[in-house]
Amino acid sequence: MDLFEYQARDVFEKHGVPVLAGAVATTPEQARAAAEEIGAKSGGVTVVKAQVKTGGRGKAGGVKVAKSAEEAEQLAAQILGMDIKGHTVKTVMIAQGARIAEEYYFSILLDRANRTYLAMCSKEGGMDIEQLAVERPDALARVAVDPNVGIDDAKAREIVEQAGFDAKTAAKIEPVLKTLWAVYRDEDATLVEVNPLVRTEDGDIVALDGKVSLDANAFFRHPEHEALEDKAETDPLEAAAKEKDLNYVKLDGSVGIIGNGAGLVMSTLDVVAYAGEEFGGQKPANFLDIGGGASAQVMADGLHIILSDPQVKSVFVNVFGGITACDAVANGIVGALDALGDEEDRPLVVRLDGNNVEEGRRILAERNHPRVIIEATMDGAARRAAELASQA
Amino acid sequence: MAIFLTADSKVIVQGMTGSEGIKHTQRMLRSGTDVVGGVNPRKAGTTVEFEGGTTVPVFGSVAEAMAATGADVSVIFVPAAFTKAAALEAVDAGIPLAVVITEGVAVKDTAELYNYAKDKGTTRIIGPNCPGLISPGAANAGIIPADISGPGRIGLVSKSGTLTYQMMYELRDFGFSTGVGIGGDPIIGTTHIDCLEAFQNDPDTDAIVMIGEIGGDAEERAAAYIKDHVTKPVVGYVAGFTAPEGKTMGHAGAIVSGSSGTAQAKKDALEAAGVKVGKTPSEAAQLMREIMQSLQA
Repeated sequence: MDLFEYQARDVFEKHGVPVLAGAVATTPEQARAAAEEIGAKSGGVTVVKAQVKTGGRGKAGGVKVAKSAEEAEQLAAQILGMDIKGHTVKTVMIAQGARIAEEYYFSILLDRANRTYLAMCSKEGGMDIEQLAVERPDALARVAVDPNVGIDDAKAREIVEQAGFDAKTAAKIEPVLKTLWAVYRDEDATLVEVNPLVRTEDGDIVALDGKVSLDANAFFRHPEHEALEDKAETDPLEAAAKEKDLNYVKLDGSVGIIGNGAGLVMSTLDVVAYAGEEFGGQKPANFLDIGGGASAQVMADGLHIILSDPQVKSVFVNVFGGITACDAVANGIVGALDALGDEEDRPLVVRLDGNNVEEGRRILAERNHPRVIIEATMDGAARRAAELASQA
Repeated sequence: MAIFLTADSKVIVQGMTGSEGIKHTQRMLRSGTDVVGGVNPRKAGTTVEFEGGTTVPVFGSVAEAMAATGADVSVIFVPAAFTKAAALEAVDAGIPLAVVITEGVAVKDTAELYNYAKDKGTTRIIGPNCPGLISPGAANAGIIPADISGPGRIGLVSKSGTLTYQMMYELRDFGFSTGVGIGGDPIIGTTHIDCLEAFQNDPDTDAIVMIGEIGGDAEERAAAYIKDHVTKPVVGYVAGFTAPEGKTMGHAGAIVSGSSGTAQAKKDALEAAGVKVGKTPSEAAQLMREIMQSLQA
């Protein structure tokens, strides 16, 4: 789960990472009030920053310096509601102004290949770090971090030395890196990025912008993380699915997909998209994994979610019963369709294989529902579902 | 022979007395696996009766279970919040193979566990968030249904459980030496490369199916490994061509970030390494069928 910059700022502050004062505003009036308070610490100067979970805010005009509270109000009026790469700005952060001497870069992330963490650091911050990594790889220090050791004094020194800081700056940065490591470890983060990490004209090191991703699998250790979720941005169908503990991702096609197991469902989306090329470019409408050992109830819940998407023209249920029993899937389909009654007229293509498949197919055959079509193979079923969607 | 798991493997189950543990221990026993014990400190000294007349003793710790039974494989069904502690116990006891089935394990827990085990050097970890592995006809450590396919000479390694089942089903006429579900998390104990290496060295494996999915660059690294080290034929399949950028597709590790981790990049890398890649699971299965037929001819 990615945090907004202001949330990252708060998490940084909690762990002793040096940050500047900041407050959020959702209206220009709030922005003005915040700028009056915060600007008092920096000669009236504040920065109005769009809060969106995407890069390139500055280039898009989402970050502006205000010399007065009035200007902050005007700028907030401009920035609120702005569209930045498909994200609507609903909140701005009013941050204290800073006199920047130099901009650096620092991040800690998962290194999937080496199965450790990776610290990256550069004296050349502020710019797009992926670009820096490609154009001037020598300017970006990359240091492996053992998860069981972390960034201690020795590791912090290794990082700043590899990044090529002079001794005086290095001595100031090292303790900050250790606080950022504390954020990473103690919050169960999968990414902590500071770009830029700045040295002010007064010689202080400050995290001016922060990006933090938290591991949703670790929420059991951090009940407070749940509140950081951006519920307003979540698709309503995704939210409804989550309430039922279903793994659902909304896509923009016309063929509703239900399957068991993440890999099989991803594969089903692909197979439907291939088959759909023949039928006017029909595409999958969603990803929905009912998981291993799903009951009839889970199957029925899944079908309800899919059918509440008006973009769905046909549905493809693709189940390979490993632990999941095909008879439970069949019962779920029959139960859900009976509950929906005659108003539901979209066709349902079903492919079942594996555990208890004969019983599953028997249940569907016996119910003989007019809108349920049984297909023997995944490829055949995908074709049929795409074809039916194209005819709707 | 087979890789990692053979007819001689003696299996214990951590979390055997929970509902999932009971269910899957029963299935492992039914498929002929030598399950020699369970571990639960609160139920040490008791036994569990399974269908078919097998009585399995429960031990207080992995070390006790190993001492009493000679177990060399532990299958872990412990809930996510306690998985790391359970697996660390297995590593400390020095068990050669720990198979972590549990899904939803925090990545920090896995990262710490993996590096701890690596430093100790005595335990291979498979998973977490995986279906385990099966050497059909010999042993089954995890939740892969044993009745999908019998023994044979194809080796299979996959990030996905159900695609493992699907592929074993498609190729059941040939059968498998070992099928390994390595799991779809960002950090896993055993990788595609570890399995490719083991299959390459296994005299009873003739060809290898490798199933990948979006996220990370494990498939690209596997492709480089195949190019340099694998002489046996490899067929690949990659899921997630239609996955949108920035969305996690079910598995915690299955996410396309920017331009990296895409299915297309993985397919291209595998093909450049001489791997035949199927567009769909059925097409991949057909490619493997042709290879097996030509090897048998």
